[in-house]
Amino acid sequence: MKTYDAIVVGAGHNGLTTAAYLAKAGLDVVCVEKNDYIGGATVSRNLYKDWLYSNCSYVCSLLRPEIYRSLELHKHGLQITPFGGSVTFMENGDFYGSYHDPEVAYREMAHFSRHDADAYKSYSADTMRQCRFIRDFLLSTPPDPTSFKPKDLKELARIGGKFMGMGEDRMYETIRFWTMSVAEYLDEYFETDVIKAAFSGSGIIGTALGIHSPGTAYVLLHHYMGDVDGNVGSWGFARGGTGAVADALAGAFQAAGGELRTEAGVDKIVVKNGKVAGVALDNGDEIIANVVVSAMDFKRTFLTCMDKSDLPEKFYRRVENFKIRGSSGKVNIALDGLPTFPALPEGSSLYHSDMHFIDSMERMERAYDDWKDGTWSKDPYIDMTIPTMSDPTMAPPGKHYMSCFVQYCPHKIEGRDWTSEEKEAFGKCVIDQVANYSPDFKDLILHVEIRTPQDIESEIGITEGNIFHGELTMDQLLFNRPIPGYAQYRGPIGGLYMCGSSNHPGGGIMAAPGANAAREILSDLKRPNTVPENFGDD
Amino acid sequence: MTDTYDAIVVGAGHNGLVCSALLAKAGKRVLVLEANSQVGGAAITREFTDGYSVSACAHLLYQLQSEVRKDLKLSTRLASEDMTTIALSEDGNHLRISADSVEGVSDEDAEQYRRFRKRMTRFSDLLRKFFNKRPPRLGTKNIQDFITLGQLGLDMRMLGKEEMQEFLRLIGMNIHDEVTERFESPKLRGAISLDAVLGTHLGPRSPNTIMTYLYRQAGDHGRTGVPAGGMGSVSNELAHAARNAGVTIRTDMPVKRIIIENGRATGVETVSGERFESLMIISNADPKTTVMNLIGAKHVETGFARRISHLRAKGNAAKLHLALDGLPAIDGLSKKDYAERIVIAPDEHYVERAFNPAKYGESSPNPVLEITFPSFRDETLAPAGKHVMSAIVQYAPYDLKGGWNEEAKANFMQAIMSTLAGYMPDIEQRITASELLTPADIESEFHISGGHWHHAELTLDQFLFVRPVNGAAQYSLPIDGVYLCGAGTHPGGGVSGAAGRNAARTILRREKAA
Amino acid sequence: MTIREPVHQGRLKTPFYPRIEKLDTVNQWHEWKGYSSPDLLYCEETEYFAIRNSTAVFDLSPMTKYRITGPDALDYLNRLVTRDMAKVKPGRVAYAVWCDDQGQVIDDGTIFHLREGEYRLCCQERHFAWLRAASIGFDVTITHETEDVAALAVQGPTSFSVLSNMGLEGLDQLKPFGLAHFDFQGAELMVSRTGYTADLGYELWIEPSKALELWDALFEAGKLHGIRAIGTHALDLARIEAGYLAPYTEFLPVDETIRTGRSRSPLELGLDWLVDFKKPNFNGRRALAEEKRNGSTWRLVKLDIDGNKAAHNSYIFAKEKGNKKQIGFVTSAVWSPICKQNIALGTVRTPHGKPGDTVWVEIYYQREMHWNRAMAKATVVDKPFWFPPRRGAMPPGPY
Repeated sequence: MKTYDAIVVGAGHNGLTTAAYLAKAGLDVVCVEKNDYIGGATVSRNLYKDWLYSNCSYVCSLLRPEIYRSLELHKHGLQITPFGGSVTFMENGDFYGSYHDPEVAYREMAHFSRHDADAYKSYSADTMRQCRFIRDFLLSTPPDPTSFKPKDLKELARIGGKFMGMGEDRMYETIRFWTMSVAEYLDEYFETDVIKAAFSGSGIIGTALGIHSPGTAYVLLHHYMGDVDGNVGSWGFARGGTGAVADALAGAFQAAGGELRTEAGVDKIVVKNGKVAGVALDNGDEIIANVVVSAMDFKRTFLTCMDKSDLPEKFYRRVENFKIRGSSGKVNIALDGLPTFPALPEGSSLYHSDMHFIDSMERMERAYDDWKDGTWSKDPYIDMTIPTMSDPTMAPPGKHYMSCFVQYCPHKIEGRDWTSEEKEAFGKCVIDQVANYSPDFKDLILHVEIRTPQDIESEIGITEGNIFHGELTMDQLLFNRPIPGYAQYRGPIGGLYMCGSSNHPGGGIMAAPGANAAREILSDLKRPNTVPENFGDD
Repeated sequence: MTDTYDAIVVGAGHNGLVCSALLAKAGKRVLVLEANSQVGGAAITREFTDGYSVSACAHLLYQLQSEVRKDLKLSTRLASEDMTTIALSEDGNHLRISADSVEGVSDEDAEQYRRFRKRMTRFSDLLRKFFNKRPPRLGTKNIQDFITLGQLGLDMRMLGKEEMQEFLRLIGMNIHDEVTERFESPKLRGAISLDAVLGTHLGPRSPNTIMTYLYRQAGDHGRTGVPAGGMGSVSNELAHAARNAGVTIRTDMPVKRIIIENGRATGVETVSGERFESLMIISNADPKTTVMNLIGAKHVETGFARRISHLRAKGNAAKLHLALDGLPAIDGLSKKDYAERIVIAPDEHYVERAFNPAKYGESSPNPVLEITFPSFRDETLAPAGKHVMSAIVQYAPYDLKGGWNEEAKANFMQAIMSTLAGYMPDIEQRITASELLTPADIESEFHISGGHWHHAELTLDQFLFVRPVNGAAQYSLPIDGVYLCGAGTHPGGGVSGAAGRNAARTILRREKAA
Repeated sequence: MTIREPVHQGRLKTPFYPRIEKLDTVNQWHEWKGYSSPDLLYCEETEYFAIRNSTAVFDLSPMTKYRITGPDALDYLNRLVTRDMAKVKPGRVAYAVWCDDQGQVIDDGTIFHLREGEYRLCCQERHFAWLRAASIGFDVTITHETEDVAALAVQGPTSFSVLSNMGLEGLDQLKPFGLAHFDFQGAELMVSRTGYTADLGYELWIEPSKALELWDALFEAGKLHGIRAIGTHALDLARIEAGYLAPYTEFLPVDETIRTGRSRSPLELGLDWLVDFKKPNFNGRRALAEEKRNGSTWRLVKLDIDGNKAAHNSYIFAKEKGNKKQIGFVTSAVWSPICKQNIALGTVRTPHGKPGDTVWVEIYYQREMHWNRAMAKATVVDKPFWFPPRRGAMPPGPY
């Protein structure tokens, strides 16, 4: 039987990233994937005729440019096209649009409030300041604040230095930013409900928190800190759908000599003499290696794919208590043509933008109350895009693909599994909300794929279908991610590593956890580092 | 005619009294001006209907800092002490929760509770140390600030690796996750959730509620008591200590404004037009009232005024006082149990659902309650054989949609009554008089802007270095001669005296340095 | 079902645009607060000499304008800006700067005391959010009126003659930083003796509906006095000669800075004369008093540079050779056609940059594709490079 230097479990974007960097360092690496396609949630699926769905993750901007560049992803077919703007449709028939041109955006805000239009510049400067602060730490391993190791102390000092460098007043503002709710943060700048509602979505996407929950201002950052070609905060589509990212990473991995095996689900990570020895596959095969890297989420890795007896008891309990909650669903729709939104003028650039249908803070928060009660939001927050407006490859000419990210949607309905009727009702609720603003929308629908967190879990494997592999709350960030003491990508057993989004800096197609894990593994194996440094930003 | 003092304290709340007493003990000539006819602010005992008296706002004592007791040689007599919390159950199977044990749950829960309390006590002790210090400023060269920060770091390290990790994890977390991870008993989860959210605009699922839970413990480790004669006794005792130290306290003297001349405070003017001179004005009022009403926003800088205007300080806790012609029957309760602290918070979801409407400016249709019958152990409060019930009821948001008019109050009262009736079937028949104080009432009676228990929401973004706001965390406002000593400053509200003591010590130390 | 027109998608046009567009020969425009504004219309040099030799007309309409009224208007402004506004009587205009609580400049601008208790604040940037926050506790009304007022700068030695020709009687009595109201075809025309050129000049303010009539009357009156419409390039040249600051060039509005230390205080911009510590309270007072005690970090310098190569974006060094670190950089540089001097504004770290100091600038210049580098000696000067007596002459000369 062939022995490998390392096995990466799960061919999501982080698994592939780790695998690629390990292979680049000359290791003999195999990446195993349970599905017959790669990508995990970073995937494009052909589920209806000639349509391609980015049926999980649908936009891409967080992907670290350092990784893009060092793995030469453009050579492996990746192309990310920025798209701009967003629109929030209002119940009174009006809309709030956000435009690429700052002056047009200004006029639009001033239409609602001159105050808000003028406040926007300090809002964006203050938010960007926090982005700059955190971005510097994305491509580095979080320090352990309880450790006295020089490496940890050095990194702590670096963070401290950066923090102190902000000056007294801005240090306080930073503390407040990290602890307050997105609603309160926005209240400090804006007075217009629809503008606050439009901005607040980024504070809760992917989380089991409401806009009034402390800590959600930080989540805002998680969506703002991405950039496309240095345009911070802007978003892009991968040409060919999100799966193009995984395909390019796989290309880079294979070009470096790595081996990719699909339909190779892992049953157990094998432990011998307190060290990992390889993996046992669902089909009974075993693969041997002294290094096993899990790209699966934290819970699945340890609760499903390992024996409890192989793990320290305290550790196991903490894994059980790791918070990873299904809070969002997805509805993917094939359309016979472009739906019209009568509120918008014909040919408006806003047809290319993110569309939203909740126009008040109260509706945003009420959507969360439904989730707390164990059901999907009856008036949900939808982040809707029509990627085919920018990408000609995902549907036949003149036809369109619509992606609806929906929040909130629980993993279970009042603690039990979803019924198919409930799933249909959830889908209908989403379609109805869009149809409220687009009378011809329903008639254009050719095919609908409804995905609850349960579907995402059973298909992709992510516990509760949580897009970030774990809540982005303060108790699960930085050196607390996934749990205190294990934030440096190493598992509790020799040779076992974690590279998924449950680790710092978290989810979104950033690939930073994968890269950071690879750096740590290579350092343990005393191999030359192939993982790039942060570009830095002065 | 004017009178000159070394310091004038605006407001004879318990913090104002502590502060004035400590300044007087250091030789200062101090005047305290109180708007109401009674000292104590929100810590008073007053008659709410003929023959029935009650602690009108704060009704339980659990945080009075030992440092304050020692400094002022207090010997508060308690009518009830180390009270058990009885978490009511409609079926009569109530839980009895004390500071470190619980009855009525599974052995496993009981053991978990013991562990939970041990950890919480350790963490709250860590916080408690800082509650009795001036919060450090960041990035300055002040030695004392350095020492405090260093000590905070060191104390955290002293917890040991694992506990420090837990501390850093828990401090931003919500109580909901912690109680659901640990306990299977819904009533236990509910009761602990209630402790974490009392007095706040937070639900159990809101991150930050572990911190508010710890805050509550940071005094007497979760041991609660009721002073003999009600909370007013504590204030009277403090006033007595202050007078003994030479403080002049004048009641019925509402202050209209703090006089600012050439950019500094020079005295105060009362509503009746009297003026008192002092170069040191210490406000026991909440930060918003102090800056916006007493000083006037125009006398501070724009950024600061804006911060104060953004300060979140809208109360959610209402206070209910009932005069009863006898104790209401509660199934499963023995007679002596009426001396304990009784809570209605059947599970964590119930508490969360009570919170939901508050986010939209609506009161809870099914409120949570913290109930005491202070007359049970203290016959001074009610006529013989009669009783008083004192309860904190949540959530009653200060900025209720449509305002707190009579109808809104009646509706909320009805919601409370139907909730109570679920546990006390004969309660309505027992009531001879009642009083419901909404945050709007608390605002007008106790002059607390927003009627907030803590004068300013107790969340991490308004805590420690940033309490009440950046630039005023060390008890002095950015205007010469004006200081804060109330609950809006570090560490926060509750009858603890910590803010008043810290303010006095900071002022005295600063003077020594100058 | 569209319930409203979408906001205008392209560039806006000022009320004077139809006239300017007609005079334009080069089709070179830039965006200024959403409006199309010309870089130049014919030739930068010709336009510049219109400022210095005859009369230049520049369309100021995109400038941000606020009306400040109410019983507390004076108190409000006095808390807002660093200088003492009580000294600015009705009919007077004041250049002012305003700061945040940390004493860092938000913007500079001119405040027109239109009538007793009624003011107009005119500046580059938009500050409604800040102005409103600053109004907490004051009985004052702040109205945004950028679109309600069309404005022209009429600058140059013959500008007085042009305006007199137009029939504005009594203009000879108007002192620098004075303002007067005139009737113009039934509308109120406000004229202030202000400008951005350090030459004799005026600014004209009128309701937009009368803008074209005003333009026509002005150009008719100026026909024999060399009147010429100009673009931003010529104006910028003149303002550098005058040593005036430009936002985003000499300073960044502090509320838009992301990095700490990229903002400036008035003391660091050479505006000490605008900071009146005798006022008991104004935004930034505490911080500025502390800065005055402890010293500033930066200093704005006016540089007279050897040679003739403009020092665009140059590093500034303390010595010609052997420097470890630059002490600052040039923010604006130009060859002054009227002084025949190589001039620049820059920012340097204290204690460098005292008037009379010698510093060195590293100049990169291109000649026929190739880039060259030169170190040029520069002297710090304390007076504007150009500040002719005619600017303040009373009465102004009838050229």
